[in-house]
Amino acid sequence: MKTVAELNDIVRQVRRDIVRMVHALQSGHPGGSLGCTEYFTVLYHNIMKYSAVPFNMEGKNEDVFILSNGHISPVFYSTLAHAGYFDKSELATFRKLDSRLQGHPATEEGLPGIRIASGSLGQGLSVAVGLAQSKKLNKDSQNIYVLMGDGELQEGQNWEAIMYAGHNKVDNLIATVDFNLAQIDGSTTDIMGFHELNSKFEAFGWDVMEMDGNDVESVNNGLLEAKNRSGSGKPVVIIMKTEMGNGVDFMMGSHKWHGIPPNDEQLESALSQNSSSIGDY
Amino acid sequence: MVNTEVLEKKDTRSGFGAGLLELGRTNPEVVALCADLTGSLKMDAFEKEFPERFFQAGIAEANMIGMAAGLATGGKIPFTGTFANFSTGRVYDQIRQSVAYSEKNVKICASHAGLTLGEDGATHQILEDLGLMKMLPNMVVINPCDYNQTKAATIAIADHHGPCYLRFGRPKWPVFTDPNQKFEIGKAWTIQEGTDVTIFATGHLVWKAMEAANELEQKGISVELINIHTIKPLDDAAILKSVAKTKCVVTAEEHQMNGGLGDSVCQLLARNNPTPVEMVAVNDQFGESGKPEQLLDKYGLGTVNIVEAVQKVIARKNG
Repeated sequence: MKTVAELNDIVRQVRRDIVRMVHALQSGHPGGSLGCTEYFTVLYHNIMKYSAVPFNMEGKNEDVFILSNGHISPVFYSTLAHAGYFDKSELATFRKLDSRLQGHPATEEGLPGIRIASGSLGQGLSVAVGLAQSKKLNKDSQNIYVLMGDGELQEGQNWEAIMYAGHNKVDNLIATVDFNLAQIDGSTTDIMGFHELNSKFEAFGWDVMEMDGNDVESVNNGLLEAKNRSGSGKPVVIIMKTEMGNGVDFMMGSHKWHGIPPNDEQLESALSQNSSSIGDY
Repeated sequence: MVNTEVLEKKDTRSGFGAGLLELGRTNPEVVALCADLTGSLKMDAFEKEFPERFFQAGIAEANMIGMAAGLATGGKIPFTGTFANFSTGRVYDQIRQSVAYSEKNVKICASHAGLTLGEDGATHQILEDLGLMKMLPNMVVINPCDYNQTKAATIAIADHHGPCYLRFGRPKWPVFTDPNQKFEIGKAWTIQEGTDVTIFATGHLVWKAMEAANELEQKGISVELINIHTIKPLDDAAILKSVAKTKCVVTAEEHQMNGGLGDSVCQLLARNNPTPVEMVAVNDQFGESGKPEQLLDKYGLGTVNIVEAVQKVIARKNG
């Protein structure tokens, strides 16, 4: 288990990677990536059991993570690199021609750590449910973790999957909703509010938790608690409150940084707020 | 003459059900998912014998396709079952991203395709599914012609690693292929050799093409009849070889002209050996309620239409 200080060191490095990757190409999604940095870091360094090398697509006897909101690929790629799935130097190829680091995660180029393409929203939870069912058939006691955006819950397929998982007691599934209340066109509250989201999941037979997603200690405790609650007859969902752009002051508090890159000056500012810890790619 | 004296009629969907049950007994990795149409898809025998490997998705096809992608990621060989319309058009993006682009070993098995669904009408009579599926990279597309071929194809696709679309139908239809056949994906089956024209037929219309070939033989026309059960990958070599001999073509399918078998054959010929082609297919229309045979006749997919298309294309060749 890594200490809170060690985890925060990694978080700062991942934030640097995110802004540098998006800045380099002037393309990508920094806001949601930054908001979920603590979650990815804790999940891959303190919670999940897995083997990065060799990468095993089926993930037998491993915990498996599925990213449904694929546009936050920068945080996913940086996390996978620091978890040992591939060398961090490859982060420099993000979104470039012939790269394994596609704009949205994909399996076709064979990037270790990616098990499904995502980008078109609303599909990851169903995939995670299927994976969870395959683990039960294989008598494999590890869990499936899946991250979804909150705006993404507007996609109807999620509710098909939520209904299925509750009805069928898919209790080796730990879903997390990145509850940042922001989407491309504005605030989720204005566009399509989630009135009583916890109650909605509960009504479908899920075990619902909440946690602060921008504090590593809270994320660590929350994910450990979720793991403890798994296997009890209900799928678990964590409503994870985050701030888009967290850790970079000028990106916080606005949905505007969903999909735009920082300029040179903004990059310098973002990096100065997050000192290098384990080395840039 | 091909033998058109039929002893037995069976629905192709039952061939799927029989193939799936056999796979259940021989391959422990095979699992099945269904969206509230277990009886219609003839998946009930599999469900009864292997309840732990059967997933009832409810009326939620998008989630079913996603779950199948997840089960495949976990090493299973999932077969999804619902009507062809709900297997393709309704879930196109799910198939595109989670199955085809992600290269998942999912078998999308689709019943009640085409006009021969009958009385339920155009909402259910999808005539665009072959086109939708063949456009997707990585996707294999198969449309077998009778009960035995559907059963054999069902068993064969379990051994092919990658996404497959298997299309079959509702009506009881003549059974004329070998019950012990070994189905080879992408390998055309020459039913009868001939010299004046080649008919490439798929699905239910193979039987209609056999009837047409016999009528034409009585008129002194020698028909080469080839069953293209695999729309993709297309058996280019078999098609080009036959066309080099007969020099004109009729395609026959229960599908839109846009995007179907005829479209694939024409692309191949245009690039390699431009040849007169007539296409027996639905011409940019939706279907309607009616009996299967009535609908095939009204929409120009009957035996008589194939005979006329052959006469027309031979005239073009000789003109």
